[in-house]
Amino acid sequence: MSAILQGAGAATALSPFNSIDSNKLVAPSRSSLSVRSKRYIVAGSDSKSFGSSLIVRRSEPLIPNAVAAKADTAASSTSSKPGHELLLFEALQEGLEEEMDRDPHVCVMGEDVGHYGGSYKVTKGLADKFGDLRVLDTPICENAFTGMGIGAAMTGLRPVIEGMNMGFLLLAFNQISNNCGMLHYTSGGQFTIPVVIRGPGGVGRQLGAEHSQRLESYFQSIPGIQMVACSTPYNAKGLMKAAIRSENPVILFEHVLLYNLKETIPDEEYICNLEEAEMVRPGEHITILTYSRMRYHVMQAAKTLVNKGYDPEVIDIRSLKPFDLYTIGNSVKKTHRVLIVEECMRTGGIGASLTAAINENFHDFLDAPVMCLSSQDVPTPYAGTLEEWTVVQPAQIVTAVEQLCQ
Amino acid sequence: MALHLRSSSSLKSTFLNILSLRQNLGFGSRSHVTRHIRQNLPHDPPLRGSQNPIRGFCNTMAEQETLSSFGQHEDASNHQVMDFPGGKVAFTPEIRFISESDKQRVPCYRVLDDNGQLITNSQFVQVSEEVAVKIYSDMVTLQIMDNIFYEAQRQGRLSFYATAIGEEAINIASAAALTPQDVIFPQYREPGVLLWRGFTLQEFANQCFGNKSDYGKGRQMPVHYGSNKLNYFTVSATIATQLPNAVGAAYSLKMDRKDACAVTYFGDGGTSEGDFHAALNFAAVMEAPVLFICRNNGWAISTPTSDQFRSDGVVVKGRAYGIRSIRVDGNDALAMYSAVHTAREMAIREQRPILIEALTYRVGHHSTSDDSTRYRSADEIEWWNKARNPLSRFRTWIESNGWWSDEAESDLRSRIKKEMLEVLRVAEKTEKPNLKNMFSDVYDVPPSNLREQELLVRQTINSHPQDYPSDVPL
Repeated sequence: MSAILQGAGAATALSPFNSIDSNKLVAPSRSSLSVRSKRYIVAGSDSKSFGSSLIVRRSEPLIPNAVAAKADTAASSTSSKPGHELLLFEALQEGLEEEMDRDPHVCVMGEDVGHYGGSYKVTKGLADKFGDLRVLDTPICENAFTGMGIGAAMTGLRPVIEGMNMGFLLLAFNQISNNCGMLHYTSGGQFTIPVVIRGPGGVGRQLGAEHSQRLESYFQSIPGIQMVACSTPYNAKGLMKAAIRSENPVILFEHVLLYNLKETIPDEEYICNLEEAEMVRPGEHITILTYSRMRYHVMQAAKTLVNKGYDPEVIDIRSLKPFDLYTIGNSVKKTHRVLIVEECMRTGGIGASLTAAINENFHDFLDAPVMCLSSQDVPTPYAGTLEEWTVVQPAQIVTAVEQLCQ
Repeated sequence: MALHLRSSSSLKSTFLNILSLRQNLGFGSRSHVTRHIRQNLPHDPPLRGSQNPIRGFCNTMAEQETLSSFGQHEDASNHQVMDFPGGKVAFTPEIRFISESDKQRVPCYRVLDDNGQLITNSQFVQVSEEVAVKIYSDMVTLQIMDNIFYEAQRQGRLSFYATAIGEEAINIASAAALTPQDVIFPQYREPGVLLWRGFTLQEFANQCFGNKSDYGKGRQMPVHYGSNKLNYFTVSATIATQLPNAVGAAYSLKMDRKDACAVTYFGDGGTSEGDFHAALNFAAVMEAPVLFICRNNGWAISTPTSDQFRSDGVVVKGRAYGIRSIRVDGNDALAMYSAVHTAREMAIREQRPILIEALTYRVGHHSTSDDSTRYRSADEIEWWNKARNPLSRFRTWIESNGWWSDEAESDLRSRIKKEMLEVLRVAEKTEKPNLKNMFSDVYDVPPSNLREQELLVRQTINSHPQDYPSDVPL
């Protein structure tokens, strides 16, 4: 059911998003402009053959709207193939490996990504397969290896820069903001910086304040970069591949606690749209916008809400910069109530920006003020019980929905 | 874990021993070392035999060619040594600190003396008449270009400018020693490298005026040049951020096995930035073919080098990172040329970084926003400009070879001056880039929010045209 809705949404819209989408999807080979037709648009949860296979497998029929195997899961397999089950970090690795196979310019750099396989095993096995130069272990200096990645990107490589923890990328802020975001612009378009900067962030299990940061708040203002957050193995692989193929610098936010999520994903190649939000559960009464780990808290709350007779529409925004105001807008126009559930701090987080964007654009459609549930403006405590309460819990979400729907 | 290793004097087993050791001790990855085995052991003896207290206190790898068993043992001279990652370390019962500095400073390589005469027994790379004349002409061109742009700023025709006066030899001679495939990551005082590669005076002026012919589409301030076809990366104003970028580019060249290196320039002030240290360290570990050229010109705006660092300049820092380094007289074009030429070959052939410290002086102000007489004496500036002028020294040398004359000089100067004035006139008159360039190239395709914002700006301009500059086309 979710797949059909999503498919219908994409098919009717010849909005600007679609033209951007196509461009992103065919970034490496700009010659295949036929892709601009909407047939090729990857609609969120639908799976499809794509990428370089576009040219090779032209004789195969393309499936624009795959029917979901299960109605309540976001990821779906096509009815033609069984798919394979894996964990989220394996999905990331699979996406990365496929892209490295496809394009010899893709390389990985970061701390312990090589023979150690990465702190969260996302790069496991890649050094053995592709060699030490393509999967590069770097000394500890985030600013330096991010800078290195940018320099390498300007000379034609497509680096995937891993921050062992997103929080460490604060050290790389100078390079990300001043060089990564700006150089395409200030060079007059002469130099592109197709890097992917990725890493785990968010509140984990007692990792301490420094290792529990939400960097999306700080990066969201930087002009020139795109930000996406993955939440399921399906979109993790899809977003990883799309990010690597994008000509823009993309920051891919993963979450420490989601790496072991299991899901069945399609066998055939697919990518996810970088600027698109994902419809997790369509509904009528209220729009709940969320991303990354909070999606699961929201879905848990949704079960309770359904029992209580509510029908929430849950959207995983996925694209943190720019927001998919098309999907979000359609939802707001339908339900007239918005609840944002995020892990960022109250001040200056993604929720704050999203609240502003919704108020500005869809004010007339709101029956109630936009409500935003976020973490408090405190450094994450180490104590387990306190840490749990800095993060939005399903019970709070239920209460908030009840409040909004009065 | 204890693996008994047979002692052997062959280099190959030496390396295998290092690998096993490193594997056992959990240090590093073995295949990283195996793939990058070089013929030389990590610590080569220094190129110059200067008094080096460090060598006196511990045995370096260069002197110990064999690794025997793991752990302590007693060698023939009855001194205990320990195997440790990186090589054997001898023990000493004396409590001795390595001195913070040598008694003598690292000597500076030069080929032409203060009067432009070739020093006897000097080693240098020979230059042909054609190359020498081009080096000199480009130095003159750079000097005149700088002077005229500076004056233009003073007259209000340009908004900003930063000169490279006094550093012409570093700019041009280093560029001459490179090939067009070498990728350049400049700071902002190296327009001479672009000039050498063929950037025209008109192109310089276009960038300074930010007109529609500027390759940067008018987005940056003057002197922030960039040209992808000349392999000169757009100047980013932030200090030393280009150093890790250069290492990344070198890494890319290394992966593609190109016969080229990355070259990056920075000043004495830039060596204080964290990026400098990290980049040098990375380059050494990655064995990346990159030249780090430091223009030690004595001043970082108003900060003299004595307030910037307490080491013997920048050249000694190379050793800390395991990088071969050299100190050169930056105002001696021939020495600069030879040093960069040799360094480039080493970098590419041996796949290693090289650090070059070029001693020079910033004759001009930091930029047009600075008045350096407020923090330094006019005499000092004058002395360097006259007694140590890079142009006059090189001119003496090419004239002594019969390759130049007073006539050629005055011809060149009047031609360049005329060209510069024309170039200024044309650049000033040329239209500015269209407003849409404010929003393009932020991403590859403008997203909806930027398109919206552009519309808003245009609407505002429509309703208040008198507040909008008349020379920016809509």
